[in-house]
This record gives sequence, C-alpha cells and structure tokens, in this order.
Amino acid sequence: MNTPSELALRASPHAHDRSRVDRIMLQVCLALTPATLYGLYLFGWPALFTFITVCLSAVLTEALCLWLQGHSLNRLRDASALLTGWLLAMSMPPWTPWWLAVSAGFFAMAIGKHLYGGLGQNIFNPAMLARVALLISFPVQMTTWVQVAPLGTEQAPGLLHSLAIFLGTDTIPDGYTGATLLGAAKAAANGGSPVSELVAGQYSLGQAFVGNTRGSLGETSELLVLLGGLWLLRARIISWHIPLAMLATLLVLAAVFHSIDDSVYLGPWFHLTSGGVMLGAFFIATDYVTSPSTVAGKLVFGAGCGLVMFLIRSWGGFPEAVGFAVLFMNALTPLIDRTLRPRVYGRDRRGKAIHNVSARKVN
Amino acid sequence: MFGFGKIRGGVHPETHKDLTAGRSILQQLPLPRQLHMPLSQHAGVAATPLVGVGDRVLKGQLIARAAGSMSANVHASSSGVVSAIGPIVAPHPSGLPATAITIDTDGEDRWVTLEPITDPFSMDPDTLAARVEAAGIVGMGGAIFPAAVKLRQGRRFEIQTLIVNGSECEPYLTCDDHLMQERAEAVVDGARLVRHIIEAYRVVIAVEDNKPDAFAALTKAAAPHGMVEVMTVPTQYPMGSAKQLIQAVTGREIPAGQRSNDIGVLVHNVGTVFAIQQALRYGRPLISRVVTVAGGCVQSPHNVEALLGTPLRELIAACDGLKGSPARLLMGGPMMGQIVPALDTPVIKGCTGLLALTQREVNAHAPAPCIRCGRCVDACPMGLVPLEMARHSGVDDFEHAQEYGLRDCILCGSCAYVCPSHIPLVQYFEYAKGELKERKQSEQKQEYTKRLISERAARLEQEAAAKAAAKAAKKKKARKSRSRESAES
Repeated sequence: MNTPSELALRASPHAHDRSRVDRIMLQVCLALTPATLYGLYLFGWPALFTFITVCLSAVLTEALCLWLQGHSLNRLRDASALLTGWLLAMSMPPWTPWWLAVSAGFFAMAIGKHLYGGLGQNIFNPAMLARVALLISFPVQMTTWVQVAPLGTEQAPGLLHSLAIFLGTDTIPDGYTGATLLGAAKAAANGGSPVSELVAGQYSLGQAFVGNTRGSLGETSELLVLLGGLWLLRARIISWHIPLAMLATLLVLAAVFHSIDDSVYLGPWFHLTSGGVMLGAFFIATDYVTSPSTVAGKLVFGAGCGLVMFLIRSWGGFPEAVGFAVLFMNALTPLIDRTLRPRVYGRDRRGKAIHNVSARKVN
Repeated sequence: MFGFGKIRGGVHPETHKDLTAGRSILQQLPLPRQLHMPLSQHAGVAATPLVGVGDRVLKGQLIARAAGSMSANVHASSSGVVSAIGPIVAPHPSGLPATAITIDTDGEDRWVTLEPITDPFSMDPDTLAARVEAAGIVGMGGAIFPAAVKLRQGRRFEIQTLIVNGSECEPYLTCDDHLMQERAEAVVDGARLVRHIIEAYRVVIAVEDNKPDAFAALTKAAAPHGMVEVMTVPTQYPMGSAKQLIQAVTGREIPAGQRSNDIGVLVHNVGTVFAIQQALRYGRPLISRVVTVAGGCVQSPHNVEALLGTPLRELIAACDGLKGSPARLLMGGPMMGQIVPALDTPVIKGCTGLLALTQREVNAHAPAPCIRCGRCVDACPMGLVPLEMARHSGVDDFEHAQEYGLRDCILCGSCAYVCPSHIPLVQYFEYAKGELKERKQSEQKQEYTKRLISERAARLEQEAAAKAAAKAAKKKKARKSRSRESAES
C-alpha cells in the first residue's frame, strides 16, 4: 500500500520496459565472448593472464574511485567497468606484461572515466583513451605482436613459461613476434615499395576474416566480432546507424583510392578485415556515453570515424587508427548532439512553429 | 482502413487489457452510504456550492455551480441529505485536502425531473452547447477540460474533421473499449450530435487496431448514418494524445503554440461523446462514469459503471477485493496516471481507471546515472531530447531545458518507460514546468507592480502639477483681485 513517503509523490509512468543498465552491459560482454574465447585459444596462457589482469584492474580501480567519492560499491553491479576492461583487453597486444595490463585498467577507469565524473560523464571512450595513451607512452610493448600459437600446439608456451613471460622474468622468444599486416603495409608504404605486392604475398581474405593473424584479441577474428555485433543489433542494444555509416565510409573511400593507385592504397576488403575495424564499428564507436544520441548524429559520427580511420591508415604515422578515429569523433560528439537534433512536432528544423493551413474563423 | 499519418517514436507497453476482456461493464453497484462530490473535478476554478448542510438533494440535482467559464457544474449523483461540506482527502498524489460536498444517501435514488429532447438535431447548436455546459461534462479521457468550452471554440472555427478518440492507448484501461462495444449506438449518436453542434464536415471515430470488437460494433452502428467514419489507427502509445492522434488520422501537425482548432480539427474522447449524448437525448447530467478496475492485485478485474463520488474502496469491493498488498494504487493508466493517496478518495469525472499493481508490474528501481543511450530520444513522440532536458532541469537551468524541448513536452512518459537507468524523467519535467510557470507568474506580478508604481508616480506628478496650476491660478486671481481692490480704493 502507498505510504505518505516519497513514493506517494512519485511521478508517472508506473510501468517500465524492464531494461536495465547492468543487463545491457552484460549483454555486450556476452556478445564479445565468442571472439574473446577464440582469441584466448589462439594466443594461449599469456593472453589469458593479460585479459584477466586488465579486467580486474579496471574493476578494482572503479571500486577504489567509487569508494574515494563516497558512492556505494553497489554501483559496481552495473558491469560498466567490466565491459570497459574487457574492450581494453581486446584491443591490447595479447602478451602484454603485467605492469602494462595493470596500468591500462587503472588509466581507463581513473583518468578516462572517474576524473570526468564517473558513468555517463566522460567525453572520451575510456578503453580507447587508455589504449592510445599507453601506445604513445610505451610504443615498443604496445606494438609487440606475437605469432598465433594456439593452445596445445608446439609453439604455445606452457603454463609456467607463460607466467614467467607475463611477469617479465622471462622474455618472449625471438622469432615469436612480428608486425601486424597493417603495420607491414605501413612499413612498405613508408619504404616506397608497393603495398600490392605485400598484400598479394601475405594477405588472404579468408584468413584475415577468420582471424589467424597477428594482432590483438579483438583484431583477430573479424567474423566472430561481426557475429557478436549483429546479435547486438538484433537485441536492439545498438542501432545500425554508427556501424553501417563507419564501415560504408571506409569501404567507399578505400575503393575509390585503391582504384586510383593500387600500389599505394590498400584495397577495400583489406581495410574492412584488418585491424580492429569490426570491434571498433560495433563495440567501440557505439559506446552510448561517448557517441551522439540522435539518429542523424549517429550517422555523422559513424561516417566521421570511417573517414578519420582512412586518413590515418593511408597518410598518418600509425598503422592502425580505430582508437584515434573514435577519440577524435568523441571530441566532436557534444557539438554533433547540439547541432543535429530531431525535428520537434509542430516546429520546423530551426525550432520555429510550422505554418500549417489554418482554419478560417467563422466569426 | 488506416490513417495515413505516421507518428514518431512512441512505445509498445504490455497492454494487460486481457484482464478485463470479455467481461461486460458491471452496472448495478450497491449504492454507497456516502458520496463525496469534490468541487474541483475539472481544469478550471472550483465550483461554488449551492446547497447547505442538512439540505435534501435529488439525484441529478445541481449542487455546485461553475465559477467562471473554465469551471464545471457538479450534480448530486444520488438522492439524500447533505451531511458535510468540507475537506476530504483529494484524489491527488499530494494527499492534500480538497473541498467536497458529502451526501448521505437515502437509498431511494430518486431523480430530479429530467428534460429529455426528442429531436436535438432540430435545435440550435448554441442551445445544445449550453445544455452540455449545464450537464457539467468535462473531458472524460482524463484531460477534464470543460466540454462546452471546447464545443464553443469549435463553433468559432471552421472544423473540417471531428475526431472521436477511441484509441485508449494506456495499458490496462478498457473503459472506452467497453463503452464502444456495449454502447456503440449511443457513441455514434453522440458523435453525430457533436458534429451537429460544431458543424464539422467529417466525423472520424479512431480506434486502435487492438480493439477489433469495438471497431466492428461501431462500424455496424455507424452504417445507417453514412457520415461517421470508423478508422483504425496503429496500436502505439501515446496514440491517444490529441496531437499524435490528429497526425495519425489527418497527417497534419498542430503548429507549436496553437490549438487543434487552428488547423480545423477537434478531438473529443469517446467517454465525453457518450456523456454528451446522454445529456442531450435524456437530459441526464454527468453523474456516473465507467471505470476500469484492474491490476495484478485485483481479484476479478472489471469495468464498473460508478456514480461520481463513490469511494474507490467500493469499486475494489465490487471486483471481489484485493489479493495481496498492492505496490502501487493508481487513478488512471500506468503511463500517465497518478498515485492515489487512500481508498477513501472518490471517483471523479476524469477517473478512467483504478489500478492496484504488484511490484512486478510497476518494476521500479533506484535511478542510476544516465548512460546517454538515447533510447528516450527514439521513444519521444514529440522529437525532443529528454536526456538533455533532464540534465538541465536537474541543475535548474530551465533556459537550456526549454531549448531542448521542455515547452513542447506532453509528459507522456515514453522516455521514462524505456530508460534503462530508471531515471524519473517525467518528474524532472513536471518540476521544471512548474518552476517555469511560477517564474512567469512572479515576473508578471513584478511587471504589474512596476506598472502600478509608475502609474502612481505619473498620477502623483499630475496631481502635483494640477495643484501647482491651481495654486498659480489662485495667486493670479488673488493678485488680480488685490490690484482691483487697490484700484478701487
């Protein structure tokens, strides 16, 4: 029965569609699970240690920040810290040493999220902010890409050896590392040799799509990431606007430039299946907090991500550009949200009352 | 057939309308021992009582007269003796007292002499509008705007389309649905009468497509008359909002800041149209209405035809009482209804439903921070940005809240319904709207005071000038007379 407390003054509605923040976050994690498991299988024990450490670091930092601000630790239940940690772990080199993994989670949560005021307040995607900050600070460690060494195969290090690699007491054996395909292409382009040869030699669309290539967990299996993303679309957690605008822009730009000069510019399918494109399009750029909230805004945001990615990949100093592109567009999000709003009922786009054929007054 | 307009956004809440499906309206409720007739059951100023304590009143007798054009008459809903005129717990979430006339019923249920009209269509529309006004009819869909005022506004414009709103988009509520099913002929007759009064070209009864029985009954009832169109509109909340319904039926939008009259459309609720028909055909004032009693805590949910003033408790009793203790008791639907402070409060003219909901049905959670998911933007039928409106309202920045659409907000609650953070958005907007109204009023008051002060200053100046002039004239006169005197001497 209603009591004359605050409940009695509760405004309508008195019904709800049963959606909840924690459920949304966990569904996104679930969508990431297949790609994550496959990536962990490909890169073995050290990858698992990295993954767990990054997630744990993110969650513990969130707890610390909540405690420092005097908030209830119940807020951890919204699973947003877990998701940020998860996405961050998927965008880092799989065999990251422990101290880098810990700093990554800490940076994402403390600097990327709580310095701005916590959940919903940050301008930049915390996972990408942390990744890019570490990439600039520790360029060597953050670009150490190991060979694919599936669990149970000869190349895969054993549990103890893995632990030693993770803790930094043992080094990664020579010959285990190399550049990602995008990195190799960038090096080739910088060196003046045609990328078409490299692509012809090393790239296979099928392999890239399935994911048996060097890269981060999220870069490997584009197929599984894509499937997860499509499931999110179907579950209406995300809408199609950002991913489609981003992928289409990248595809069209790549196709145009590739057709102009295929010795310098990578082909459209190469672009779409390498690096973290799928992860970026479906999981990173679609982050609610840091992307626009209107349909028109989402389309502009997605297209902007695709454009900036293409610019950096083609002419920038870094081989991969998802993080930079998303961060750049994050910075524009407040402006996009201010400018591109839906048209209000009874008003035109500028907010003036519409002129409708008015009824004649009888008297 | 479908209307050609599509409405933006909206939500599809679980309807729960099956709770009362296939159960006809309960009509013979036991007569309550006491009836509480609030003086304010309408949008305007409270009515003025015409009876005193101890007076005998008859069923249908006028007991409080409308005070001003936006007010509405109140009639006794049964015969008996006035036992009190004073405060009762108002049917409002604040639980604040409201003045009501309490009648101890005598059980005879004796009517005043009614004046039926045999052929209202031969009568002058203004006379009919005056009859509607006398009957104390207000918007029965919950808007409680005096019906006669709307009719007269309609007469001042060339109305192309009269829309009878039978969409009933609120979950649980089926009172309009049952009215349309069981009293289709009266509803069609009422629609024709309203058309006669406002001289509309076209009459459309709009029914959501989840009410096929009502649609069929109305189509059958309308067939002999030819000019009443029965139309289905998509089932989508808030279809019953006048702005959205007009868009769905006519494809046109009401320009911001204007009324539906301005585009030649008038919307009346099905319940209102029925009440108008009863008043014009049989001379019956508005003394009863159909109320949906439903929710997971009601033993046997039903639609109930209740006398106005009946304590809500009696309605629950007519539905075999409650099961369990309800998490929330509401008057109206779950989307826009209000919390009822106690079951002693009476049925009023705008009471569409009485809901006793379980915790599961309400699904309330503590609010969490906004994650800017934008679901509220997608759900808003008006094209607003609720998350920004709430953000600015929360820090009393009403200017920006206005800019993001606060002034156009219809408080439908679609945004709060879909918010995964369970932010009470409507509460923010009601607060902000209230504050803005207060500010405007105090500004007007200030303006008024300023004007009074400057007027007073001007007046004083004038008076001083007049005094000075008079003094000068007097002096002159005195001087003149003195000089005359000296000349004479």
